[in-house]
Amino acid sequence: MSPLDLLSAALMLTGVAFAVIAGIGLVRLPDLFSRMHAATKPTTLGLALVLLGAALRSETGGDAVKLLLVGAFTFLTAPVGAHVLGRSAYRAGTGGLEGLVVDELRDEDRPDRQDP
Amino acid sequence: MTAVLVVCFAGLGLAALLVLVRLVRGPSVPDRIVALDVLVQLVVAGIAVAAAVTRDGIYLSVLVAVSLLGFVGTVSVGRFIERRGA
Repeated sequence: MSPLDLLSAALMLTGVAFAVIAGIGLVRLPDLFSRMHAATKPTTLGLALVLLGAALRSETGGDAVKLLLVGAFTFLTAPVGAHVLGRSAYRAGTGGLEGLVVDELRDEDRPDRQDP
Repeated sequence: MTAVLVVCFAGLGLAALLVLVRLVRGPSVPDRIVALDVLVQLVVAGIAVAAAVTRDGIYLSVLVAVSLLGFVGTVSVGRFIERRGA
């Protein structure tokens, strides 16, 4: 194994470790918003590490560009997806709103909601 | 590199199992969408690992398509919930 291969393997293994952490958080955390915190951040970072590790081992430049493109897409789309999902869950009133300590949107976005 | 492949797939499989637990248990629709979103990202990571270990770039176009489809799915279901309520 060349040093580049070792680096690639280390990056991929670290990324997979982040994916496992995300899975654990998704099962263990108590409500939707904390689960989204576990689901979006470690998976984005883990996927970026895996893609970087894979790009280091790609044979042609085109393959590396495709892998890095997927990483760039993920960095753009993951926050947008999490935002849309969090907003719609908040407005629909599901996902453990009673667990919130601070709810700054209550007055403008859900005037019907009572103080917890 | 085979050991790396085995360990990576074991880790991704474990993560996918945990995500499946959340997908089955729910309890609300957004919970399941979050789980499906993570599952799509795990699939993308798995394809990337397989492509890196075999040094075969033939599936990398699939990777771009799957990651974008996952995003479109998440956003469209999110909008759907917002309008209809979960």
